[in-house]
Amino acid sequence: MKDHIRELYQEVIIDHNRSPRNFHKMSDATCHAEGFNPLCGDQLDIYLTIDNETITDISFTGNGCAISTASASLMTEHLKGKTLSEAKAFFQSIHETLTNENEHATEKLGKMIVLAGVKEFPSRVKCATLAWHTLNAALKHDETTVSTE
Amino acid sequence: MTDSHTAEQIVATSFDVERIRQDFPILHQTTHNHPLVYLDNAASSQKPNQVITAIENYYRQYHSNVHRGVHSLSEKATHEYELARKKIKNFVNAQSTDEIIFVRGATEAINLVAQSYGRDQLQPGDEIIISEMEHHSNIVPWQMLCEQTGAILKVIPINDAGELDLSVYKELLNEKTKIVGIIHISNALGTINPVKEIIKLAHDYDAIVLVDGAQAAPHEIIDVQALDADFYTLSGHKLFGPTGIGILYGKQQLLDNMPPYQGGGEMIRRVSFTKTEYNVLPHKFEAGTPHISGAIGLGIAIDYVEKIGMDNINRYEHSLMEYATKQAEQFPDLTIIGTAKNKSSILSFLLGDIHAHDIGTILDQYGIAVRTGHHCAMPVMEHFQVPATARASFAFYNTFDEIDTLFAGLNKVKEVFQ
Repeated sequence: MKDHIRELYQEVIIDHNRSPRNFHKMSDATCHAEGFNPLCGDQLDIYLTIDNETITDISFTGNGCAISTASASLMTEHLKGKTLSEAKAFFQSIHETLTNENEHATEKLGKMIVLAGVKEFPSRVKCATLAWHTLNAALKHDETTVSTE
Repeated sequence: MTDSHTAEQIVATSFDVERIRQDFPILHQTTHNHPLVYLDNAASSQKPNQVITAIENYYRQYHSNVHRGVHSLSEKATHEYELARKKIKNFVNAQSTDEIIFVRGATEAINLVAQSYGRDQLQPGDEIIISEMEHHSNIVPWQMLCEQTGAILKVIPINDAGELDLSVYKELLNEKTKIVGIIHISNALGTINPVKEIIKLAHDYDAIVLVDGAQAAPHEIIDVQALDADFYTLSGHKLFGPTGIGILYGKQQLLDNMPPYQGGGEMIRRVSFTKTEYNVLPHKFEAGTPHISGAIGLGIAIDYVEKIGMDNINRYEHSLMEYATKQAEQFPDLTIIGTAKNKSSILSFLLGDIHAHDIGTILDQYGIAVRTGHHCAMPVMEHFQVPATARASFAFYNTFDEIDTLFAGLNKVKEVFQ
């Protein structure tokens, strides 16, 4: 297989796509937002329970490509237990990595570094960022659907 | 090339695809170190040298405005521009060049009819019928018109093969039906619709019919008189011509009675502050300086297609499609979306639970260009309850080898997700 493809579809991504973590609706969520990518029809819902400025629970549902599903799954795994300011800082690092705004941003990504491969595929960056933009909207208690367009 | 397509090759021998490919410079390149296999023709087709050269010649040798000057360049530009109109008139078998309006594309043509004819003619409670398989361009302009006039939009459903349910269509038709908008060939499914029958049924209720021919014009012989179509639209860029140019065909009597779509130069006969007289057809609908090089390029594209012969193109593409469909049916985990009996060279499919976007990205790494997504036909996706499909669409310059490459590529896609 081509290295380039393997860099995008790393084992972690294939695994999280096949068995997404925290993949369920949360009926008692304190905030929620829906994200939509009109280009490819990817759609997802992010649910959060926030207690005392901390994300005590986070989950998602939806329908998307491997990149967007894995990105959402990894995000929920990583953010559970984090404070809101930690989550926002992380969103910033992901955003800066994928948009090439800050070459040092990748250093803060940890396991999420697997998403950095998307940079080489400009048409797919939106797949990776959909979950994060939706998270951002949920944290702002914005009930409208966010779009990547 | 595998042995399995010997039968199709027999058809293909009368069709010199390698020679044809020489006319398309873009096909001779590599993508990610693989020869380009361009299978996204339903989105936009490639341009032969003849078209590219014609556009270049216009800008290098005789660019000027049309219908304006008495000087030689303008006369030459006007002549070539109007010659293109004549070629298109013959291509769709219109009665007169007055019935051929240059627009930006099929989308603008539909909007023109909705806003000029529709706004003028429709009353609250009147009905417009479209189908579930329409491209967004043949949905949204009618929804806008309904909002403006109080008309009601009705939809012909499709079955699971991706064919129109004509029995429902017959039930939907009534005295209130004023406009029927129907896609000739579905870009998402490949279905070829029985437009002649659809038109006849609509005419029994005095409704006019607009046929969206964007996907049909590159593959089928178009005869607007035989169809008795009231309006027929096509896009130049899908017909091996430039982007930004398209055609609205309309019956002269309808066009004559329609108010202008846009105001400006060219579309007027006399302007004063008390009263402006509009120009005659087709200029009444061509406000402003038109896309002259686009029209000329489209005329040359039509010359090119006619030289090969639409019958030959149709036969060759049919054999390509038959070969691709056979392979698709045997390919593990592949589901074809759109299995109409009467189908054009479009193969829309799902591959297990692998998302179409992932398929598209991986195929691209092997030089294969396919479309992935909802194909601007979200209601079709909703019908099949899928977010997206992958779509390979063939043109007469595609080869049997390229189809083999596509399926080899799909094996690579499966490997990634194993």
